[in-house]
Amino acid sequence: MSVTTEPIIAAPRTGRIDPKYLRSKGSSGSFEMLTWLFMRLSGVLLVVLIFVHLFSNLMVGDGINGIDFGFVAGKWADPFWQFWDLALLWLAMLHGTNGVRTIINDYAERDGVRFWLKMILYVATVVIIVLGTLVIFTFEPCLVDGAGNLLEASPAFCETR
Amino acid sequence: MSIATTAQAPAKSGRGTLYRGNEGMWSWVGHRITGVVIFFFLLVHVLDTALVRVSPEAYDAVIGTYQNPVMAVGEVGLVAAIVFHAFNGLRIILVDFWKGGTKYHKQMLWAVLILWVVTIAAFSIRHLSLAFGGH
Repeated sequence: MSVTTEPIIAAPRTGRIDPKYLRSKGSSGSFEMLTWLFMRLSGVLLVVLIFVHLFSNLMVGDGINGIDFGFVAGKWADPFWQFWDLALLWLAMLHGTNGVRTIINDYAERDGVRFWLKMILYVATVVIIVLGTLVIFTFEPCLVDGAGNLLEASPAFCETR
Repeated sequence: MSIATTAQAPAKSGRGTLYRGNEGMWSWVGHRITGVVIFFFLLVHVLDTALVRVSPEAYDAVIGTYQNPVMAVGEVGLVAAIVFHAFNGLRIILVDFWKGGTKYHKQMLWAVLILWVVTIAAFSIRHLSLAFGGH
């Protein structure tokens, strides 16, 4: 009979997984479960945060033509938008980093390659989150030149200060 | 055993079988690709916004490169990736947490695609008319 040439494939979860197919020893089960949950919770928040971000920056007023230094200064004069963009920065970076981490784990088969790709990813993530956070909270909208006069690019509200 | 052999043809010698997938696989592929695209744009976007700390001129010069018709088409592509990732992500959440999720995952993908087309059509009309309409 020809059927005898077909290998019999055991049902999933039957018996133990051969140790050579396990990439890491020990249990990282709860960490992976927490990242799985984080992707869903942050995902829902990011839909709201990003849709409002895109609508308020690109759809109303002059849209993309209205974006310049003064536009950013006007937005960040309001703590509401500072914290909106802060939430956007942190959640999007962590969500994206975990997504790319998953992809690296899936496709980089050699241990060394997988390790270093993730190290590069984590360094980039920390740099971008720290840089972005500092920019939001150390931003000075009303810049003056050496003589104390407001720069031309300053938003209109600087005149009244 | 005979059922198993008819359900899946044996692989030709030296070649495996290729799973080409259905709605579930292709939405997964689309979610990965759009996710990576969005992530790399996000890195660039934080860096270009960080130029407000350098000088108004530096920020305006770099942001000005986004403000032309060629880039506007790219921006529509980026927003298309974001909106697909957003709607399909909500679908994934429903598949995971709603008891009817696995039963209706295909119908939900078609709903995602219809909503995606409608949203991108509306966005494109507004964004491209701003970009091509001049200042």
